[in-house]
Amino acid sequence: MSAPGSLQFCRRLLRRQLTLAVRRPVEIGNPLLFFTMVVALFPLGLGPAPDKLADFAPGILWIIALLSNLLTSDAVFRSDFEDGSLEQLLLSPQPLYLTVLAYIGAHWLITGLLLALICPVFALMLNLPASAIATLALSLLLGTALLSLLGCIGAALTVGLKRGGMLISLLILPLYMPVLIFGSAAVKGAVVGSPAGPYLAIIGAMVCLAIALAPLAIAAGLRISVDA
Amino acid sequence: MRRAYYLVPPLPNCIIAPDMWSFFHKLGSPPWLYSISGAILRWLLPITLVALAIGLVWGVLFTAPDFRQGNSYRIIYIHVPSSVVALAGYYVMALAGAVSLIWKMKMADVAMQACAPIGAALTFLALITGSIWGKPTWGTWWVWDARVTSMLILLFLYLGVIALYEAYDNKVAAGKACAVLSLVGMVNIPIIYKSVDWWYSLHQPASIKFTGESTIDTSMLYPLFLMIAAFYALFTCCMLMNMRVEILRRESSTGWVKRLLFRQEHD
Repeated sequence: MSAPGSLQFCRRLLRRQLTLAVRRPVEIGNPLLFFTMVVALFPLGLGPAPDKLADFAPGILWIIALLSNLLTSDAVFRSDFEDGSLEQLLLSPQPLYLTVLAYIGAHWLITGLLLALICPVFALMLNLPASAIATLALSLLLGTALLSLLGCIGAALTVGLKRGGMLISLLILPLYMPVLIFGSAAVKGAVVGSPAGPYLAIIGAMVCLAIALAPLAIAAGLRISVDA
Repeated sequence: MRRAYYLVPPLPNCIIAPDMWSFFHKLGSPPWLYSISGAILRWLLPITLVALAIGLVWGVLFTAPDFRQGNSYRIIYIHVPSSVVALAGYYVMALAGAVSLIWKMKMADVAMQACAPIGAALTFLALITGSIWGKPTWGTWWVWDARVTSMLILLFLYLGVIALYEAYDNKVAAGKACAVLSLVGMVNIPIIYKSVDWWYSLHQPASIKFTGESTIDTSMLYPLFLMIAAFYALFTCCMLMNMRVEILRRESSTGWVKRLLFRQEHD
């Protein structure tokens, strides 16, 4: 049996990750449940006044997206690290860049894409004007890709550590901040009727940069973690 | 005794001149670095302290008060140098990290670890002085504008590197992981700082411009430049002192450290 080509290998890896995720639907559901619960926290904390909630909704939704992404990215490499399959992947002759990209892609499809699809419901619950919902979904769709790319850097650097959970948020949250700025600005702009295109374009540019560079950092991080 | 890991992979001499190359080799040797840093510190440390004293006295006592802010602006002589050097320190740290990753140079790793606490302290100092300056000027201790926020993020980046280093038991891996993290941070710093241009703020636009006309009077500017230079020198001194301690700690079981301590006991 001949070895698969790089792209084919990447595709297979992506399918493996998605299959693993689909076989444990709870793992997919957990971030969404987390999202729902935290959405419920804000009216309880800030008061149920609809106009006030509508003001805060873009920021609230983006922050929760940030947190749910952060909490899930900790687990991206962990099980494969623990059972040794990650080490096999590092030893394989396939380019690590694409291998890592497959992991990130799977993570984004499972968390970011679903979040972007489901966010209109939460936007309505927080009284976000209907005109801004499309922008919210689009900005989340793009922005969560960036969050996954950055989150996996932290995951790769902390995967070998026993107490990774808290540490990864210290490492990665500062890097998330530009995404938060532009993501919530896009939605806020859409609320008052200004074009969201420029903000989305900036997020898109950051995603391009991150696709080019983040897998290199992740690959280096994984090698360090496996060596340690 | 020369161990293999002090060596760097040979590059053709056409890339780096032969003298330069042996200098680079020596830089990777702990005893040489320890002695040369001691010699540098013997000169640099007094100069730094004198420059700090002159700059501070000049700035605080011998410049005219600002026509709008009165005397409160004088904190600029601490605030601006510490913020400038705090930012530059991150780049020094990241570049040292890159050198240690690429050439597997242990001393670059030591340099990177030496930068992190100093950079964090300077960032903290910049935030504190900024906040003290903000009270009389803006009427509030803290303003969420882009520059304050990005300094806060810089502090988080520094603390992240320190936290990551502490989390690893294997310090070799810790150094590499921190190097990767600081490089990631270095790519992100311009992105974070660019938000200054987009983010609405109370903070005034930059007053010192090297290209256009400066909006700060030159009589105030000279002591400021002196203080910035002194802070750079202070950063270098602190970094070298941190490195010397770390070198001794790492090399504590080697012969040259024992000989060094023995000699000092008998002096």
